[in-house]
Amino acid sequence: MKTNTAIYVNGLSVSFGGFAAITNLTLEIRYGETRAIIGPNGAGKTTLMDVITGKTRPTQGEVFLDKSIDLSVLDEATIVRQGIGRKFQKPSVFDALLVQHNLELAVRKGQAYAAMLGSRLSGEQRARIDDVLETIGLADNRGRLAGTLSHGQKQWLEIGMLLATNPRVLLLDEPVAGMTDQETERTAELIDRLVAPERAIVVVEHDMNFVGRIADLVSVLHEGQLLGEGSMDKVRNDPRVIQVYLGR
Amino acid sequence: MSKLAPMLPRQRPYSFALLFVALAAYLPLANFLISAESAFHLSLFGVNLIGQIVCFAMLALALDFVWGLVGILSLGHGVFFGIGGYVMGFYLLNAAYSETKVLPDFMLFMGWHDFPAALRIFEHLPAALGLGIAAAVAAAGVFGLTTFRARINGVYFSIITQALTYALMLLLFNNDLGLGGNNGLTGFTSIAGYRLAEVSTQVWLATASCIALAGAYLLLRAIADSSLGHTLVAVRDDEARLRFLGYRTDRIKLFTWCLSAAVAAVAGMLYVPQVGIINPTIVSPVLSVEIAVWVAIGGRGTLIGAVLGAILVNSLKFWLSAKAPSVWPFILAGITLLITLFLSNGLWSGATLLLRARKTSS
Repeated sequence: MKTNTAIYVNGLSVSFGGFAAITNLTLEIRYGETRAIIGPNGAGKTTLMDVITGKTRPTQGEVFLDKSIDLSVLDEATIVRQGIGRKFQKPSVFDALLVQHNLELAVRKGQAYAAMLGSRLSGEQRARIDDVLETIGLADNRGRLAGTLSHGQKQWLEIGMLLATNPRVLLLDEPVAGMTDQETERTAELIDRLVAPERAIVVVEHDMNFVGRIADLVSVLHEGQLLGEGSMDKVRNDPRVIQVYLGR
Repeated sequence: MSKLAPMLPRQRPYSFALLFVALAAYLPLANFLISAESAFHLSLFGVNLIGQIVCFAMLALALDFVWGLVGILSLGHGVFFGIGGYVMGFYLLNAAYSETKVLPDFMLFMGWHDFPAALRIFEHLPAALGLGIAAAVAAAGVFGLTTFRARINGVYFSIITQALTYALMLLLFNNDLGLGGNNGLTGFTSIAGYRLAEVSTQVWLATASCIALAGAYLLLRAIADSSLGHTLVAVRDDEARLRFLGYRTDRIKLFTWCLSAAVAAVAGMLYVPQVGIINPTIVSPVLSVEIAVWVAIGGRGTLIGAVLGAILVNSLKFWLSAKAPSVWPFILAGITLLITLFLSNGLWSGATLLLRARKTSS
């Protein structure tokens, strides 16, 4: 393991009542990189995200953050406070709240609930919200109900909510599914802007052009195992990968 | 837009509390000062009726706080109303016994010779009020802690609450429990030294109910408007998303659940001295479902809609069940059906939509 390892997955196996979703998977994700995880349906991509975020417990093996924090024994809220943010597959925003209130909840993560009754946001927190609104391009929509946003805008808002928590590891599950070409391009630009030396970005995605556009490294999963890893070009030309996935 | 989740009314939300305060001020006036010939005079019957309906409105408010805002549909809120009611009943029995030195009938039937020591802890009114709220919160806490931690949601939660109220009703029907069985607790004489048979006592009880409703509305609305209130709506819209932002949603739900139980208990405590009896039918599954019907008709998720829904349905009920008792269930079912079909967010949202449409057209 190198010193800048963000996520280290060590001999991970997950099975659901006899069905092996992930088998003996070892994977290393470093700070500063954008990693794409691809693979056909049922390859174990979403299960991997579930394990990292504490939604699913491993049957065997473990997942470490910073080589020292064992995520496989922590609950979801604690893992989030360690700095791991996750975007879900379907856009998940709070429809009945204003865009800015969506972000406010994200900025206030981990605050004591009693304190939320009266306290106003600090200047620093307000600046952070303004910053995020600018980054995701929704500054003009801050007073709108999140439920009235378009599909693409909701996806950006959700990414913005994660950004507001200033995560060290950002997990994005199919961020451009259902988007138009322009929206996809804008999302790619957005993700480019999120890259930082102290942040690791993990993207699960089916859109190969999008993956090629944003990813530094691509890991291919197949039936719960690592099939190949490397640059998009290398992976694209790997005969095994072509056989199970790309060439279909 | 109409498909969106219900919203709290935005304009001057706190002015509704003034309405209840005005009603509170009107009741003594209408009974004591305005002459019986005037159309604005209220008889004891009228005042008493308003007092009872206001208690139901408070119960509906409590349910809307957890159902409309947080999305937890309880079909057992009568439990907390009933706990408050029974505790008030214990106090009133104490008060009656210390006055008359005659044991309540059901205790005589059970062959008891002394007032039971266990009920003596409810001897003083402030202590009884505190214990009533505490008992409801404790019951809600135990139930909420287990179900929310186990992540029991949706209809499964609703069904369990319905079973809970049924179980409590069966328990209370049991004579050996020593709480009067199916006859319940009655024979009350006075509250805090004031005779319940006096008109003035009943008027002040109804007034107190209106003020309690205003207070509860202000409290719940203020919470709903805070950042904490935003987390409640967030739980309703997407609980998993909120959890993955670092919130312990089970604690948020537990807090609102217990607060709602406390409000329901206060309503129950105000209700009992006004009707003069508490028996197990108050925790019957039917009443608990009815509470949800009041909220659904009035408008879920708006707080004020729930209050108005309860007032409207119960006024209709008192009027119609006296005039035509056999058709009342059909009318209630009909209204519910029409609302679900044409105004899925209830009357309040319907009224807001109408107002908005008129504004844009003019």
